[in-house]
Amino acid sequence: MQAFVDIHDVTHIYSGAEDGAPAVEHMTLAVREGEFAAIVGPSGCGKSTVMKLATGLQFPAKGTVVVGGEEVTKPVKLAGMAFQNPVMLPWRTTLDNLLLPLEIVQPHRSRLRRHKAEYVARAEHLLAEVGLAGQGAKFPWQLSGGMQQRASLCRALIHEPKLLMLDEPFGALDAFTREELWCIIRDLHAEQGFTVILVTHDLREAVFLADRVFCMSARPGRIIAERHVDLPRPRDLEIMYTAAFTDIVHELRGHIADARQAA
Amino acid sequence: MHAKRRRRALLAAAPWMFTIGFFVLWEILVRVTGMSTFVLPAPSVIAEALWQFRGPLSLHSFHTAWMTLAGFVIAVVFGLLLGMALGASRLVHAGSYPLLVGFNAIPKVAVVPILVIWFGVGWLPPVLTAFLISFFPIVVNVATGLATIEPETEDVLRALGASKRDIIVKVGIPRAMPYFFGSLKVAITLAFVGSVIAEYNASNFGVGNLMARASADFNVPLLFAALIALAVLGVIMYAATAIVEKRMTGWAQRSQMASA
Repeated sequence: MQAFVDIHDVTHIYSGAEDGAPAVEHMTLAVREGEFAAIVGPSGCGKSTVMKLATGLQFPAKGTVVVGGEEVTKPVKLAGMAFQNPVMLPWRTTLDNLLLPLEIVQPHRSRLRRHKAEYVARAEHLLAEVGLAGQGAKFPWQLSGGMQQRASLCRALIHEPKLLMLDEPFGALDAFTREELWCIIRDLHAEQGFTVILVTHDLREAVFLADRVFCMSARPGRIIAERHVDLPRPRDLEIMYTAAFTDIVHELRGHIADARQAA
Repeated sequence: MHAKRRRRALLAAAPWMFTIGFFVLWEILVRVTGMSTFVLPAPSVIAEALWQFRGPLSLHSFHTAWMTLAGFVIAVVFGLLLGMALGASRLVHAGSYPLLVGFNAIPKVAVVPILVIWFGVGWLPPVLTAFLISFFPIVVNVATGLATIEPETEDVLRALGASKRDIIVKVGIPRAMPYFFGSLKVAITLAFVGSVIAEYNASNFGVGNLMARASADFNVPLLFAALIALAVLGVIMYAATAIVEKRMTGWAQRSQMASA
């Protein structure tokens, strides 16, 4: 079976890089459709570069990136993205922020004006699902950081993307809010079956959410280990206190420690 | 509580007290020293002149306001367009910035003689001087607003296939609006300076010209009365743009709203 996201032997150098050193080198990564993949690694290892490559924001110097059966030569459009910074537009209400992707991506772009009510209903449904029911009329800056991050998840999902790219979306949140959002993303994934690539530096987060965890080496990044997480789903937060869970986290930690040592 | 309320009342009265106090002190100073009105007329003398020349003063003030607004409107349109071009294209930005800075470095009074040679004495030099002196802050602010879009926002939209134009329309322009409206306050003040300078040197009308003539006649009270008229006019125009700014970009002043 062909992978949904297939990054094959990719080496990427940013055009603006002063030292001309590659951000990732000989990187190979395959994620199946509907799979929840997590990428962990020491800081500055090029995790975010993987996101940019998979969404067509950057193109590899060497190697190929295939998403949804097509080689990526332009922005992929079937992806939703969320970052550590929620980047909501402050002059739009939360609801209008959610509708923003629909103003860009086809076929919604040409349908939006005439089917506004349908899309608003969809946005409100999503908001309710992340626990923000009735908050759509507020401006993002009237929401707390955790609420903004939920809204940013909704925005990433509003156009029903087949691929969800998460770049440390929970990094700036407090521990309790983070756990809440883990459960939200877990449920959304279980329900809608999209493919997820989560970039994180939190091993417990990666193991709790993902089907497979990829460890990256220090810069220039490549995949040094791949761990299948065979914990049964649906997973409860309690699972984090089981020996099986801790063993996986511990094992991954070993890989990261090696990667840091090698750097 | 009582002391607090009194303090607040005092704060509210302070602007009036200080302003009135300023003029009273001025009056006393002139009377006590017996200063000649040719040097420094007392406020009472200036008030008299204001009343005596109220007709020409208001007429010329209106004219000056028109000149200022005309130049300002041209500056807004031109500044917005150039600012957008600068903010949207790094090539245009890199290429034209030195030219712009160089142009802005020229004191605009020095341009007036050239404008007179080109257009003669009349309404064009004041309008053009107002425009030339005031467009720069608008350009810089609009360009800054456009050029400082968060990279993540850009990524989110570009990954969806947004064109450069989409990003500018959906994010760049709304984002630049607080910068733009903020710059209007600076621009209107500068435009006012420009039109008065040009009127002084190259017009047959306007407060600037009135002052030039009063100065030739050594009519110092009228000169000061004209200054008062200019101050009032300037404050009105500044306040108008400040109100527009507040109306248009309430979301950008959220911190103040939250604390109020």
